Amino acid sequence: MKSRSLVFGSIIVSFFLIFAGCGAQPGQESSSIQIKGSDTMVNLGQSWAEEFMNLHPDASIAVTGGGSGTGIASIINGTCDIAQCSRAMKPEELEAAKSKGRAVREVEVAIDALAVIVHPSNPVSQLTLEQLSGIFTGTITHWKEVGGEDRPILVLSRERNSGTHVYFLEHVLRHGNDKGPEEYSPKALMMPSSQAIVEEVSQSAAAIGYVGMGYVSAREKKIAVGTAAEGPFVLPSVDTALDKTYPIARALLMYVPENHSAVVDTFLNFVLSDQGQEIVQQMDFVPLYQAPLRKKA
Amino acid sequence: MKRQVESAIEKFILLNGVACIFFVVLIFLFLAREGLALFKTFSPLDFLAGTRWYPISTPPKYGILPLFLGSLIVTLGATVISVPLGMACAIFIGEIAPRWLREILKAGVELLAAIPSIVIGFIGMMTLAPWVKYLFHLPTGLTALSGAITLAFMAVPTIVSIMEDAITAVPKSYRAGSLALGATHWQTIYRVVLPAASSGIVAAVMLGIGRVIGETMAVMMITGNAAVIPTTILEPVRTMTATIAAEMGETVQGSEHYFALFAIGLVLFVISFLINMTAGAFLHRERK
Repeated sequence: MKSRSLVFGSIIVSFFLIFAGCGAQPGQESSSIQIKGSDTMVNLGQSWAEEFMNLHPDASIAVTGGGSGTGIASIINGTCDIAQCSRAMKPEELEAAKSKGRAVREVEVAIDALAVIVHPSNPVSQLTLEQLSGIFTGTITHWKEVGGEDRPILVLSRERNSGTHVYFLEHVLRHGNDKGPEEYSPKALMMPSSQAIVEEVSQSAAAIGYVGMGYVSAREKKIAVGTAAEGPFVLPSVDTALDKTYPIARALLMYVPENHSAVVDTFLNFVLSDQGQEIVQQMDFVPLYQAPLRKKA
Repeated sequence: MKRQVESAIEKFILLNGVACIFFVVLIFLFLAREGLALFKTFSPLDFLAGTRWYPISTPPKYGILPLFLGSLIVTLGATVISVPLGMACAIFIGEIAPRWLREILKAGVELLAAIPSIVIGFIGMMTLAPWVKYLFHLPTGLTALSGAITLAFMAVPTIVSIMEDAITAVPKSYRAGSLALGATHWQTIYRVVLPAASSGIVAAVMLGIGRVIGETMAVMMITGNAAVIPTTILEPVRTMTATIAAEMGETVQGSEHYFALFAIGLVLFVISFLINMTAGAFLHRERK
């Protein structure tokens, strides 16, 4: 009898141990950082992490993507130390974080210009924000309506967990009014990644999509964007993003809890240093300031 | 002492068995609690019959009709492709192929089942989608048809192996009797063997459908994920499973959107449950 209850007891105890293990919060060890969030920023975050770990061999940083929404949900739920976001947190999200006892602070870490891309064979080379809004909401459905060939437009968007999706919705579709009535056309294809958009655009003469500037290759054509019909139309580049003439550029952000660990602080300082901002430029994003940066190797 | 060990082991096995059922019940209760919470703030009718899925708008719209129809059209397409293919394959393996070829074919079919779905999805995205686009002169190859073909490949192993079991289980005396009465090999197959194995065949089809409707990664990669009510199979669609997978990561626990995704999960659970029940009923009938 005794041995039987012993077996039961040990099984029950081991169950508790397993569950207790699952409940542990990340980032309890002072030298590890969990970074989660924007797919646009995941490679950038990875480069920062690698360089930082070279400088501080005892630190361990894990960077994962999933989308800005994923990062925000994760920092609200307390499962990461830094959320990388390509859009600002909404007031209700900040409130949710505060009500869970994890008030967060916002740090601007880089700038990204969103490129609108089409197939290289597409004769359309410039569009106004008004036209872009029409195309993505589905009121303009034919390339002929914007001076192109006689074929229907294939609209490609990022999935809803993407900060790029939300940014483009609020700043292009809704003209900066984030409570506007405009929505993505239900016919818009929701692509799981920026890479998937680039692939599809390079294969389809009818496609139009948007991705961070760093994703564009020679197999796609960037569209010059204008705020008014008479121009000027501006192509996305580091210079036009910095002097703010390119209209679809946004800040890339990191969110950290108010009571973060010392290593997170050191990491943020590194990101904002000249060295950190040089990595930004190497990764084809736009640094926060035009410091004496070396040219890309 | 020996008896005590024996009884402890028996108890341990019993505990495992009970734990399995216990976990299934827990999963169901969790799913129901989280899913039904949506209907405190959102009308069930708008959820089931709403035609627009805009979960992050204000006010949000959680109409799953386009998602449900998306799942339906992909599943139907996959069934239409995989059932004849799987059935022909099962008949060939069970009735016609010589023993050595049978073993090779069975191993091949089982190997097909072992390919991870994301790999099949990737192959579909890279090779099948451009081909569909070119063949039908479409603006994109990411359509319900591409998804249906891809999923058909995943359903075929399930269908073949269960159907082949059912066919092999038909007693030899049936075939002998039929042949003795002067029927040809083909007549024996479709007049005697197939009717005798019919309940197993139906079960195989149902389980194949169950496999297809729950599949996630491959459909997410290949169907385009546009939440529009499909009018033809050559249009992009968004399935229920892909919606959960794509959006679950972004939701805050306890938000309306989070509950809405669980409500979709509940709908999927009910569908899978009905399909498995039907399959189980047919399999059971066969045994009797």
